Amino acid sequence: MSQLLEMKNITKIFPGVKALDKVNLNLRSGKTHILLGENGAGKSTLIKVLSGAHQPESGEIYINGEKAVIASPSDAFKYGISVIYQEFQLAPNLTIYENIFLGRELTNSFNFINKRKSIVKTKEMMDFVGLDITPGTLVKDLTIAEKQMVEITKALVFDSDIIVFDEPTATLTDKETKRLFEIIHQLEKEGIGIIYISHRLEEFKEVGEKCTILRDGKYIDTVELKETSKAELVNLMTGRKINRDKKRCDICSPDKIVLKVENLNYKDKVKGVSFHLCEKEILGVSGLVGAGRTELVKTLIGEYSKDSGKTYLNNQEIEFKSPADAIKNNLFYLSEDRKDEGLFLGHSIRNNITISSLKRVTNKGVLKRKHEEQICDDLIKNLNIKTPNMHTEALTLSGGNQQKVVIAKGLCRQAQIYIFDEPTRGIDVGAKEEIYEIMDQLIQDGSSIIMISSDLPELLRISDRIMVMADGSLVDTFKNTKNLSQQKILSAAVGGGKK
Amino acid sequence: MSTLDNTKTMNGGFLANDKTVLDYLSDYGIYLGFLIIFAIFSVVSSSFFTVSNVSNIIIQSSIIAIIAIGQTVVILTEGIDLSVGSIAAFISIALGIMMVDLGIAVPLALFLSIVMGAIIGLINGFVISYGKVPAFITTLGMMSIARGGALAINGGRPVSMLPRSFGVISSASVFGIPIFIIYVAVFYTLMYFLLTKHKLGRYIYAIGDNSEASRLSGIKVKAVKTSAYIFSGLFAAMGGIMLTARLNYASPTSGSGFELDAIAAVVIGGTALSGGQGSILGTLVGALILGTLRNGLSILNVPGFYQQIIIGVVIIVAVFFDKMKRD
Repeated sequence: MSQLLEMKNITKIFPGVKALDKVNLNLRSGKTHILLGENGAGKSTLIKVLSGAHQPESGEIYINGEKAVIASPSDAFKYGISVIYQEFQLAPNLTIYENIFLGRELTNSFNFINKRKSIVKTKEMMDFVGLDITPGTLVKDLTIAEKQMVEITKALVFDSDIIVFDEPTATLTDKETKRLFEIIHQLEKEGIGIIYISHRLEEFKEVGEKCTILRDGKYIDTVELKETSKAELVNLMTGRKINRDKKRCDICSPDKIVLKVENLNYKDKVKGVSFHLCEKEILGVSGLVGAGRTELVKTLIGEYSKDSGKTYLNNQEIEFKSPADAIKNNLFYLSEDRKDEGLFLGHSIRNNITISSLKRVTNKGVLKRKHEEQICDDLIKNLNIKTPNMHTEALTLSGGNQQKVVIAKGLCRQAQIYIFDEPTRGIDVGAKEEIYEIMDQLIQDGSSIIMISSDLPELLRISDRIMVMADGSLVDTFKNTKNLSQQKILSAAVGGGKK
Repeated sequence: MSTLDNTKTMNGGFLANDKTVLDYLSDYGIYLGFLIIFAIFSVVSSSFFTVSNVSNIIIQSSIIAIIAIGQTVVILTEGIDLSVGSIAAFISIALGIMMVDLGIAVPLALFLSIVMGAIIGLINGFVISYGKVPAFITTLGMMSIARGGALAINGGRPVSMLPRSFGVISSASVFGIPIFIIYVAVFYTLMYFLLTKHKLGRYIYAIGDNSEASRLSGIKVKAVKTSAYIFSGLFAAMGGIMLTARLNYASPTSGSGFELDAIAAVVIGGTALSGGQGSILGTLVGALILGTLRNGLSILNVPGFYQQIIIGVVIIVAVFFDKMKRD
């Protein structure tokens, strides 16, 4: 396999900003190379350099080992480079074949357009990508996926060697995405090199082998996807690293136990569960939906009244008759259902944050407004909640920010033990990272955390121990050592665990 | 990245402050509506906008206004109290019997009346919160029980010949301001303070918005909800006392329909029946709108039947605009 494309030390400076700082990218023919980075990382700028839209201040581009000068988009076309942008470059009122040959029409003598030849060539490549409609169809009548295939067809008609996909799956359905991946694999077989830009971590491994990561215009690394976990990719992409001691799986010892639960039972939902939690520990709770994880913690905090079982908090036996009891004793539960059980959607962020801690901000029951607003202000800043101000209604915030408001409510209470129930469900990668950081900060400040999550990589990344539930029972508890794998947890969760 | 966030925040802040005239109109629509109604009557009738008539309107509205305070608290918790009119009547008769038949001193009789009202409210709240009987059903039942009680304890007869000293409750004035107006001012101020500046007020709004989240946030939802009905019973008793003093006799059939007037004042005032949203000052304006309409339409000699129709329309229109604002 030959080196198809080599971009070396590409630097591009816009007034005041170094958009690209010595970025490298190598692409082999017949391979798909992922280009990964957050918004503003420089992915698009790099592609614009490749397609001739931008001229780099320094750096070299080699194509098939020879130095190439790409001074304009038509130069890029000559070098066989096609870019399929998110916004398609198609004229809606022209037919498919007219679009494909737009500006490069096939002509007879006297410059008459050779319609028949255009249609035949178009049809040939449409068959290759499996686009089963007539080339005479107007583009405006096509679905988004079909338009994308037209763009691919166009690249093929002109024998492109390098095809760049810019966030190709952003607007596709799952089925269409699958079809696109099939086409990409077909293109690979033809020896075409593909650059695939995306930040959808889930889909990478299906298409690419290598991945180059950019951050803030800088080249970070090129990694083999097979050897890199999703968490590592996120770390490379965001540059934030959870500062966890690798040996933390041994953090728990009998003298550090802060919470001990013995033989907890609630109807047929929670069956004789015993576990403990240590100081500064993150205890992950895994299990399939319906395994009784939420029921377990809701029984623990007194939301459901237990049938039997004992709870010890800091070595003292204690009974939580209601969530209010649990909170009073510094055990705070953050529900998985932020809309129905977490937030006061119609009320301000301020009211949401302090509702569990009004003692902190009142004097004999009377609210101290300045004090309350100061606390909220600090939490909003600390948690990076994006809102115009603290008087905004919670319902106007995005999911990630709503989740942060729920967490702020818990933090405001300054509890000893936090129970997070699916804290990162349905929120974007950046907000997830921020939430992990908050949890990390909490344990550094001396709190302990029980974290229910259905996201195994997440649990493996931040838990010190992981307990697995199935059908209301505790199946197994694992120390989160290097040997612990998703498979091991999953097989325990489906009932195949050792016991 | 941080500069980007700042611009976002600033922009958001700008947008939040960038309310249109329409936004302000809908925010304060109820007050504006009140002024419009007031202005129309003032223009149409020369005897409407006089010191004595305006003070008359407030006095006429004051009993409903006082009862509606408790109703507001209950409705903020996503509840309803249909029993307030009957409680007022029961307290009225009980007060009369205590003062006339039992010869209990007026101040003590007043105190016991208010305690009784609070206890009836406590029973409502207890059955609703702990017995989990819907508020509508519980208070519908209590409406019948209290009315029946009012009729039963004195064989359906009114109590008259009340002690002269009791009349001070309605006839006194402070610096020339009729005492009923003072009651309204004092209790609305107190409850405004409680609902907006006190922990309990925050909890009342919270459980109305989301009772499940409230419980998980550590609020004792049942206790707070019960307290709302205690307020309602207490203010209903106060209304009963005021009514008795004003009429100078206690009738077991008085106060019927007060519950609907109180609910009307609350909803006209912009408090949502779904709880968690609204204000006590809105309720005051709601009560004043009802009083102003009755007073003004009477001055204009609009027959009582048509007055009812007009008031019904006003209730629906007020809630219609309120909904529009929220959506």
